[in-house]
Amino acid sequence: MTLGLHHFLFLGAILFACGIVTVLIKRHAIGILMGVELMLNAANLNLVAFDHYTGTAPHGQTFALFVIVIAAAEAAVALAIFMNFHNNFASIDVDRGSELRG
Amino acid sequence: MPTPPVHSDLLPRLLLGEPLGAVLDGLWGLAIVLFVFLPAISAIGFLAIWAERKVAGRLQHRHGPNRVGPLGLLQSLADGIKLASKEDLTPARADVWLFRLAPYLAFPPVFAAFIAIPFGPDWAFEPSLSAGLFWMLAILGVEVIGVILAGWASNNKWSMYGAMREACQLISYEIPLGVSILVVVVSAGTLDLRLLAWQQASSIVKWNIFHDPFSLVAFFVFFTASLASNKRAPFDLPESDSELVAGYHTEYSGLRFSLFYLAEYAAMFVMGAVMTALYLGGWADPLGLLARRYELAAAVPASWELVALNVIATGIFAVKTSTIVFIQMWVRWTLPRPRIDQVLHACLKVMMPAALSLLLASSLWVLLVGRESLVQRVTETILAAGGVAFLLAIFGYCGLAFVQGRSSQYRLGTHPWQSNLPGGGL
Amino acid sequence: MDVALFYALAALVVAGAIGVVTGRHIVRMAIQLLAALLGVAGLYVLLAAEFIAAAQLVIYVGGTLVLIIFGVMLTARSGTSVLRPSRAEAIVAAVAGLALLTVLCVAIGSTSFPHVIVPRPADAVAPLGGALLNQYLFPFELASLLLLAVMLGAAYLARPLQRRPR
Repeated sequence: MTLGLHHFLFLGAILFACGIVTVLIKRHAIGILMGVELMLNAANLNLVAFDHYTGTAPHGQTFALFVIVIAAAEAAVALAIFMNFHNNFASIDVDRGSELRG
Repeated sequence: MPTPPVHSDLLPRLLLGEPLGAVLDGLWGLAIVLFVFLPAISAIGFLAIWAERKVAGRLQHRHGPNRVGPLGLLQSLADGIKLASKEDLTPARADVWLFRLAPYLAFPPVFAAFIAIPFGPDWAFEPSLSAGLFWMLAILGVEVIGVILAGWASNNKWSMYGAMREACQLISYEIPLGVSILVVVVSAGTLDLRLLAWQQASSIVKWNIFHDPFSLVAFFVFFTASLASNKRAPFDLPESDSELVAGYHTEYSGLRFSLFYLAEYAAMFVMGAVMTALYLGGWADPLGLLARRYELAAAVPASWELVALNVIATGIFAVKTSTIVFIQMWVRWTLPRPRIDQVLHACLKVMMPAALSLLLASSLWVLLVGRESLVQRVTETILAAGGVAFLLAIFGYCGLAFVQGRSSQYRLGTHPWQSNLPGGGL
Repeated sequence: MDVALFYALAALVVAGAIGVVTGRHIVRMAIQLLAALLGVAGLYVLLAAEFIAAAQLVIYVGGTLVLIIFGVMLTARSGTSVLRPSRAEAIVAAVAGLALLTVLCVAIGSTSFPHVIVPRPADAVAPLGGALLNQYLFPFELASLLLLAVMLGAAYLARPLQRRPR
C-alpha cells in the first residue's frame, strides 16, 4: 500500500478534532492556547499534504509557512493577554472571567 | 565546479559487489547510525572531556589528569563508571515523569544534528538535506525545552534561576547565530552543507571565511554566538559553578547528569563542525588536492580508492573541528564571566545589529561585486594570504613558547621571559 | 517503508494530541504538545517539505512552545491545583468533537482526490524562496509589519502593573 493523500487528511481531521475538544474543555487559559495550536497544525498538515500530492507546489508550503509565522505571533499576544488576566484576577481559570466589569 | 555524484553505500557495494535495494539501504543507514555514530559521539565526548581537563590544567599551570591510563586518557572512562554507579536520586515533590524526561530532550537533538554534517565527499547522509543547515539550527532549538524542563522539574529555586537565564540566553543568541549563517548562505547560494563543502573544495582561497571582509567578521560573530548557544564560558551563567551550584542540572546525579554533560560536549563538536563546513572549507585540504584526486576517481561507482579518500577527508574535517573545539576550551579558561544583563546587552545591542548590518553588506557585496569578477578574486586572495599569515604567526608563537618552555633555563627560572621576582614566573 | 514511517509518526502525533486533550497537569500537556509538534515536523519531511519541517522546529518548538512554557511558569500559583471541567461540559465537548470528526472523515472518504505523482524536487528551498519573493511578496512584507505590531502590542499588554496608591 502506498502512502496517499487521504492518510494525511485523516490524520489532519483527528488532530483538528482533538484541538476543538481541547478548546472546549479546558479551563486553564494556556490549555486553550494549546488546543488552538493543535488546530493550526492540523490545517498546516493538510496544506502541505495537498502541496505534495497535487501539482500545486510551492503554494501550499508558502501558505503553511505564513500560518506558522502568524501562529507564533498569535501565541505571543495570547500569552500577553493571559499575563494581564492573571495579574487582574489572580487566577488563570477562564471561568473567572465571566463578567464584563473589569 | 559542478559536484560529482555521491557514491552512496560505498562500503556495501565494495563488499557485496552490487547496489543495495531500498529496504537494505535504509537498514544500512540505520546500522551506520547505531554502530558508527553513537560510539563515535561517545568517543568524542570522552576525548573532549579529557581534553578540556588537560587544557584547563595546562592553562592553569598544572598537569591535569595524569593518573588513570597513559596521559590520563582513561579519566573520562573512570568518571563514567563512577557516574553510572551512583544512586538514582529524584528530589522530593519533583515531577518524577518530567524530571526523568528532561535529559532525553536535551541530548537527542544534538545527536540528530550530526546527520546533516558532511564528513566527506560521499560520507554525508543521502538524500542530503537540501535545507541541512537550517535543520541543524532548528534541531538545536529543541534543546532549550529540555533545559527549561530540567530546571522546572527539579523543584529547586536555583535550578529555576539557571533554567530561566539559560532560556533567555539561548533564545536571544539564536538570532546572531542564524543571521551570521545567513551571511555565508547569501554568498554561497545554498543551504545544503554538502554543496557548501564542495564549493570550497578547490583551494584555501575559496573558503567562505575569506570570501569578503564581512564573512570574516561574521565568522567571529558566529563563534561568539555559538559559545553562548552552547552555554560555554564566558556565557556559562546557566551552570555557573560559583553561583548556582550547577544551575539547571543541580539535582541531576549519575547517569542522567552524564547525559547533560555529554550533550554539552557533543554540541561543542557540532558547532565546530558547522563552522568548519560553513567557513573553513569543510573536508578539503588547503591546496585542493583531495578534491582533484576525488574527481579523477569519481567515475567508478565504488572502489577502495574512494574509501581511502573519504577517510582522509574525514580526518581533515576532524582536525579542523578539533582546532575550533580547542579554541572554545581555551576561551573558557581565559575569560571571566559577565552578568546576565551584560550577556543580553551584548546580544541585543551589539551582536544583533552587527550581524544584521553584516548581512546587508554581504548581500550588497554579492550583488555589486559578483562571484567571478576580478575584485572578488583579489579580495579573496588578499584575505586568504592575511589569514594564513595570521594563523602561522599564532601557531609559530605558540610553538616557540612551547619549545622555550621545555628548556632547562625555564625550569631553573633564569629564562629571559621570566622576571626576577621571587617565585619566578611571568 | 514510507508507510511504516508515516504510521510511526502519526502514532506519535495522535498520542501527543490525546495527551493534550486529557491532560490535567499543564506542564505535562506542554510536553505532549511538544511530541505532537515533533511528529508533525517528521511528517513534513515525509512530504518533501524539509524547509517547512525545519521552520516548524525553529518557530513552533523553539519559539512558541518555549513561550507557552514560560507563560505556564509565570502564571503558576500553587502548582498542584488542577482545573477540571464539569461533567456536562466534558460530555458536550466530546460529542461535538466526535461529530466533527465523523463529518470530516465521511467527507474525506467519499471524495476522490486527483492523485498526481509529483517527483521529489532536488532542492526544497529554491521554489519556496522564489514564490515568497515573486508571487507572495506583499503578504511577506505584511507579515513583517504584523510581527512588529505584535511585538509592540505584547510588550505593552504584559507591562508590569502600576501599584494603585491605597
